[in-house]
Amino acid sequence: MNAIPDEAQLQEIARQIRLDIIEMLYQAGSGHLGGSLSAADILVALFFGEMRRKPGDPCWPDRDRFILSKGHGAPAYYAVLARLGYFPREELLTLRRFGSILQGHPDSGCTPGVEIPTGSLGQGLSIANGLALAARLNGHGSRIHVLLGDGEIQEGQIWEAAMSAAHYGLDNLVAVVDRNRLQIDGRTAEVMSLEPLAPKWTAFGWHTVEVDGHRIAELLAAFKDCRAVKGRPSMIIAHTVKGKGVSIFEDKAKYHGVAPNEEEYRQALRELGE
Amino acid sequence: MSAKESTRVEYGKTLAKLGAEYPDIVVLDADLSGSTQTHHFAKVFQDRFFNMGIAEQDLMGTAAGLALGGKIPFASTFAMFATGRAWEQIRQTIAYGNLNVKIVASHGGVTVGEDGGSHQALEDLALMRILPNMVVLVPADGPETRAMVRWAAAYQGPVYMRTGRMPVPVIYDDGHRFELGTASVLRDGTDVTLIGIGVMVHACLEAAEALAQDGLAARVINCSCLKPLDWELLVDSARLTGAVVTAEEHMATGGLGSAVSEILSEHCPVPMKRIGLKDTFGISGKPEVLLKHYGLTAADIMAAARQVWRRKGENCAAPGPHLQPAAALTGESK
Repeated sequence: MNAIPDEAQLQEIARQIRLDIIEMLYQAGSGHLGGSLSAADILVALFFGEMRRKPGDPCWPDRDRFILSKGHGAPAYYAVLARLGYFPREELLTLRRFGSILQGHPDSGCTPGVEIPTGSLGQGLSIANGLALAARLNGHGSRIHVLLGDGEIQEGQIWEAAMSAAHYGLDNLVAVVDRNRLQIDGRTAEVMSLEPLAPKWTAFGWHTVEVDGHRIAELLAAFKDCRAVKGRPSMIIAHTVKGKGVSIFEDKAKYHGVAPNEEEYRQALRELGE
Repeated sequence: MSAKESTRVEYGKTLAKLGAEYPDIVVLDADLSGSTQTHHFAKVFQDRFFNMGIAEQDLMGTAAGLALGGKIPFASTFAMFATGRAWEQIRQTIAYGNLNVKIVASHGGVTVGEDGGSHQALEDLALMRILPNMVVLVPADGPETRAMVRWAAAYQGPVYMRTGRMPVPVIYDDGHRFELGTASVLRDGTDVTLIGIGVMVHACLEAAEALAQDGLAARVINCSCLKPLDWELLVDSARLTGAVVTAEEHMATGGLGSAVSEILSEHCPVPMKRIGLKDTFGISGKPEVLLKHYGLTAADIMAAARQVWRRKGENCAAPGPHLQPAAALTGESK
């Protein structure tokens, strides 16, 4: 369908996505910094490496689907969609403003390429399950991807959906957890423990793999591995660093939902090599 | 006595018929397919029926995903759990996303009966009516149920429909057709307007018959489409009769009574009384006993009709003796 860029090219795209995120949030004056930066490599691996789509035909029924269940990662998602040509890149600088096509959290009614509104956590996996069932009924070969936050999986609905995906044997479904170990109030281990995380998903009947969520080659290999799985859904636990790419933001809960100030903004641009 | 049909049974049977006409219809349930009557569909179209287990939030999310994938999902469970447990899923995904999901929930109101207060949904219409994009329907009888389900399958967008457990008298002819945004006048009269929804529509007709014997001519309206509301017919009726009673098997606040009050207070304020539950939860009992206990009978509608008829033309600008502070707290209309 699309010529897949090599790993070096994907890494370069991810660097540019991070620069976009910094610029967008700085201009907007608010937004979710840490979780956008931690998810950047996962999104690049998915959209530029793994997912099947047709340029110029965003509604192609047989396309692979993506749901950003951790809707606060919207800046990273928007930066990816803009780079893929779903809307002009200038729109990125209107993030969160009145009248913008880029709402604070994804809204399918506003943004080309966004499938469904998300932002209220815990709901995307069920939606992905429904898409996977529909694809199976329609006889489409499309694969369904959903990105979850690690704090997000504290929501009970996630585990309802974990059961139903396994019950219906949804092998066209791949869920990725952005395991950055931080949530608004602090470390996930302190707020509400998630471990042992991989055994939980395995026990729920999922094919479960763990990768470094910042190594694009590892992510691509995991997606490929999941394609071979039959009769059950796949979970990729992607170990990441919140705020990845800018030293002052890395692994700090306080940068979950704030925009960089001017000093931080300049340092971020320097570190990311503007 | 006319024949009786249960709206939930008519839903289930109609859905099974529509399954053949619409290959894209899929049905989801949360372990209540025998009660909601989706088992009729499940028997015929096994590969298009998804039991989600006792997990209403996942039920709504999965239905949303199926709609996104081009299917026409009908999601059923009890009204309490559909609209209560999964309200935010409905709000965030189905209504906000304007998705083609049909939520058909059974066991609305106190006529659920013996299961008691935990299972009697008295808030579902309020919870669904507040949502943008959502259509809210409550059929009054079997033929209207069949017409509404057929309509909902062809309509593109989210729909909430409440069905009941108890068989109710048949009002409409078999070939009845439903039209979005319309209420219908079932009986004409110029002295008072009785506006009913669901099982209370037939009670309004009975009340009108009895009132006629006392020389009072009541106009009876079936307001089965609660959203979008047929406000022109409601305002015209208030203007024509000068007095209004609403009747619903739901809290007297938030549902039909509130919807009609909102419209009439802006366009044609007239003496009005709302028949419904007054700031209370349900209890166990036979449906007929409960309807009587909560003041949801034809006799209660008649009494209310006489009250508003007597108050016609009164000046509401100055508080009268009928206005008591307690009324605001209890949701009771005086």
